[in-house]
Amino acid sequence: MAIKASPEINAGSMADIAFLLLIFFLVTTTMDVDTGITRKLPPPVENNEEDIDVKDRNVLKILVNSQDRLLVDGRPGDISQLKYKVIDFITPHPGNDEYPEVTTKHIDQLNMDITISKGIVSLKNDRGTSYDMYIQVQNELAAGFNELKDRFSMEMFGQKYSALIDNDKIDAVNAAVPVAISEAEPEDIGGK
Amino acid sequence: MSRFKSKKSKGSPAINTSSLPDIIFMLLFFFMVTTVMREVTLKVKTKLPQATEIQKLEKKSLVSYIYIGPPVKSALYGTNSRIQLNDTFATIDNIQEFVAKEREDRDEADKKFITTSLKVDGLTKMGIVSDVKQELRKAGALKINYSTRKGKKEKR
Repeated sequence: MAIKASPEINAGSMADIAFLLLIFFLVTTTMDVDTGITRKLPPPVENNEEDIDVKDRNVLKILVNSQDRLLVDGRPGDISQLKYKVIDFITPHPGNDEYPEVTTKHIDQLNMDITISKGIVSLKNDRGTSYDMYIQVQNELAAGFNELKDRFSMEMFGQKYSALIDNDKIDAVNAAVPVAISEAEPEDIGGK
Repeated sequence: MSRFKSKKSKGSPAINTSSLPDIIFMLLFFFMVTTVMREVTLKVKTKLPQATEIQKLEKKSLVSYIYIGPPVKSALYGTNSRIQLNDTFATIDNIQEFVAKEREDRDEADKKFITTSLKVDGLTKMGIVSDVKQELRKAGALKINYSTRKGKKEKR
């Protein structure tokens, strides 16, 4: 026969080719997951005249100036103490005039009434505040509220908030410890 | 004795490498599937601040990104923080348009779950960030995420 059977293709270099592709994808892959602090913005208000009156004792005022300095409740504060300040402020203290008012709220998931604080953390920053400082403050506030959620969760379910799987339980904790952070419009005092 | 001798003389047999390409291909496919190619070329530097209380952003297809930071080509564009939407520099006025466009691209059912991730350089002043936030409020994109890296806060 004139036509020979086609010779076998040498597949020895297949592995090399695959290696090459593999290395390309290894290099281009970015495995990072996006992480961050999630917040919900308040919906836009129609007219600014309508201010909601909140009693003074119910508000923890946090001011950050353009030099990244903190003013917590009228006193210069330190970022490392902010978390404990928030925890102390939001923890319900019934019958104590120094702390915010308390109210009872019915939690549907637990079918019981919980005493919760009416406290609001008010955060106001200057236009010259650095984003880094702002995030640190937000982080400390979040840490405070997470700690409170953990405490409530431990008390009710014997588990930390982050370990909860049941959606009903998560909702119950979220209802009992609302993240009350109010952000005022920034002021331009310090300049750029 | 002869038994032992005969074994020695044989030497180790060659390892069969014919399945090596298959193994490599398996790895290759794994990386091909997990790879997310960068969609935008960054024109601004965003060295994200660090935080400890962070949450993971799930469903990447429902996240739209806004980058704010000093331009990479500082000789050309200066060092003041700029906003980047998609592939170009933008101004505050473009944000509502951007949000509307991002909404159009998503399914009807997913529209209310869109999260806007703010990737902002740590040294940026809050003024520009606040302006962006106000625009997002007006545009109705209320779910936002301040993108941060995990870690202890660092003193500057």
